[in-house]
Amino acid sequence: MTTTLSKPAPTGTQASPQRGSGMGRRLRKLNLPAGAAGWIWLAVIIIPIYYIAVTSFKSQAGYFSQNPLALPAHPTLENYRMVLANDFGRYFLNSVIVTVGSTVPAVAFSFMASFAIVRGRGKFLKGVNALFLMGLAIPLQATIIPVYLLIIKMHLYDSLLALVLPSIAFAIPLTVLILSNFIRDVPNELFESMRLDGCSEWQTMWRLALPLTKPAIVTVAIYNGLGVWNGFLLPLILTQSPELRVLPLALWSFQGQYSVNIPAVLASVVLTTLPILVLYILGRRQLLSGLTAGFSK
Amino acid sequence: MTATTSLSALGTGAQSKGKTGSLAWLVLPALALFLLFAIAPLAGVLLLSFANWDGIGSISFAGAANWLRTFADPMMYHALGLTFIIMAVSWLIQTPISLLLGVFSAGSQKYRALLAVLYFLPLLLSSAAIAIAYKSLLDPNFGLAAGLHLPILAQDWLGQPQLALGVVIFVVSWQFIPFHTLIYQGGVRQIPRQLYEAAEIDGAGRFKQFVYITVPQLKYTIITSSTLMVVGALTYFDMIFVLTNGGPGNATRNLALDMYLTGFKANQMGQASVTAVILVALGLGLALLLQRLGGKDKNGSQLEGL
Repeated sequence: MTTTLSKPAPTGTQASPQRGSGMGRRLRKLNLPAGAAGWIWLAVIIIPIYYIAVTSFKSQAGYFSQNPLALPAHPTLENYRMVLANDFGRYFLNSVIVTVGSTVPAVAFSFMASFAIVRGRGKFLKGVNALFLMGLAIPLQATIIPVYLLIIKMHLYDSLLALVLPSIAFAIPLTVLILSNFIRDVPNELFESMRLDGCSEWQTMWRLALPLTKPAIVTVAIYNGLGVWNGFLLPLILTQSPELRVLPLALWSFQGQYSVNIPAVLASVVLTTLPILVLYILGRRQLLSGLTAGFSK
Repeated sequence: MTATTSLSALGTGAQSKGKTGSLAWLVLPALALFLLFAIAPLAGVLLLSFANWDGIGSISFAGAANWLRTFADPMMYHALGLTFIIMAVSWLIQTPISLLLGVFSAGSQKYRALLAVLYFLPLLLSSAAIAIAYKSLLDPNFGLAAGLHLPILAQDWLGQPQLALGVVIFVVSWQFIPFHTLIYQGGVRQIPRQLYEAAEIDGAGRFKQFVYITVPQLKYTIITSSTLMVVGALTYFDMIFVLTNGGPGNATRNLALDMYLTGFKANQMGQASVTAVILVALGLGLALLLQRLGGKDKNGSQLEGL
């Protein structure tokens, strides 16, 4: 997720509009090879996911005796009970704290910075913008060693805050790029009328720019949130205590500990993904446009 | 009279000054965090590459020792080679499949929309979850081979160097094709419909339309997607770490994993920082190169006459 220097489209729903235009009519003719390939690809995607799901409901005996792709002969929730009994609730809470704790400030700070960059003038703001743009081209994961040193020096090692602060920083470049493109699209007359009404820039930001860029804000929040929720490198390096594990890390150590009990391990995989799956079902459009935020043509 | 003009002059002066002045502070929280946790570490990684540090004790100056040791170390070249192999092969696999799937899922048929919903499911899974699932799926006795009754799939997938590398490339592709499909789907939807109508009138078939309209129109999407794939390939870490931990032997130890193992397992942070500097330089270089490839005629003549 490191770099793109291309300018995003000015609207927030890059993935969904113009449905049926462009390719639509052309493809309505029957295209058998494409259809067949489409179904084959579905199998490639679905079989592993199906396997995770069915196996998580099997007993260990069932896992060893049944066909791996068959539905469980005696479905059991024992695996889920076991995962939940293994402090899953705490890891879930840690993940929520880290995800919300880094996504909200990252988006808020980036929004304020974007507003200043678009509305303000001067070399300072131009320089800051250039710095953020440069950040897009740097694989920030490669700077993990100095980040580790910094976290130790700040006496934050092995705390959730140690995960939050770098996550915010890593999210800023892309978030600023996307949000400033949106704020730039707000008609100047609206800013002007706010000024004539005697509003300060601070009020204009919250009362005008914020409501008008709300779709973009939701989009970047989802994009950043998913990245933090599934993040593995920062928790692996910056925390150590079992009680501070976030879900991906808990998944990994659970797998190391119970490597013989595959159904339980796969139940933990299902449980860590469940919240995002619910989100996907509720707001697929938002989630998908969040994922491609800033990468459109 | 003079008082009012000077007052109004003062007023506008103060206002314009006050505007930038009152706005500039808004960037400070973002700027401070970015400087501290992104820019300073960028400088830090370069400094640490000239230092001795075991990750716990004190840091001392090492001169060019780390650099000399890294470039004399066959492991670095091995890891670098692997990184490029994974990058190239996974690009070759991911790009055509993502492009075709993007075109396919942008179609207006109902079943395609439904399939697309399922295609994107891997996006929801963390790398750790994917690696763990594949570990059990590839088990020769209780995995896919037994499930499909295909003995050819019953290999020691993660135990043989060549096979393990193949598995890593396959899983990387499985994980990231959905994301790139999404990018291509967005790109395809922006292609003007008139181009296809004109082609149809000229009697161009489906294949010709794909080759002469779809692919050229997707040029910038291809560049964006490729940039993300290539630069992303440099930092593939978590999935490989959980799936093989670089093994068997060092068969899947790419640069990112080599950096982690050298730094945090062998406690040689200085030498690991050299690897990190190489990664940053490669990332910047590749990103700039790919942008240069496509950046020139951004407003070229592809849409002329529309």
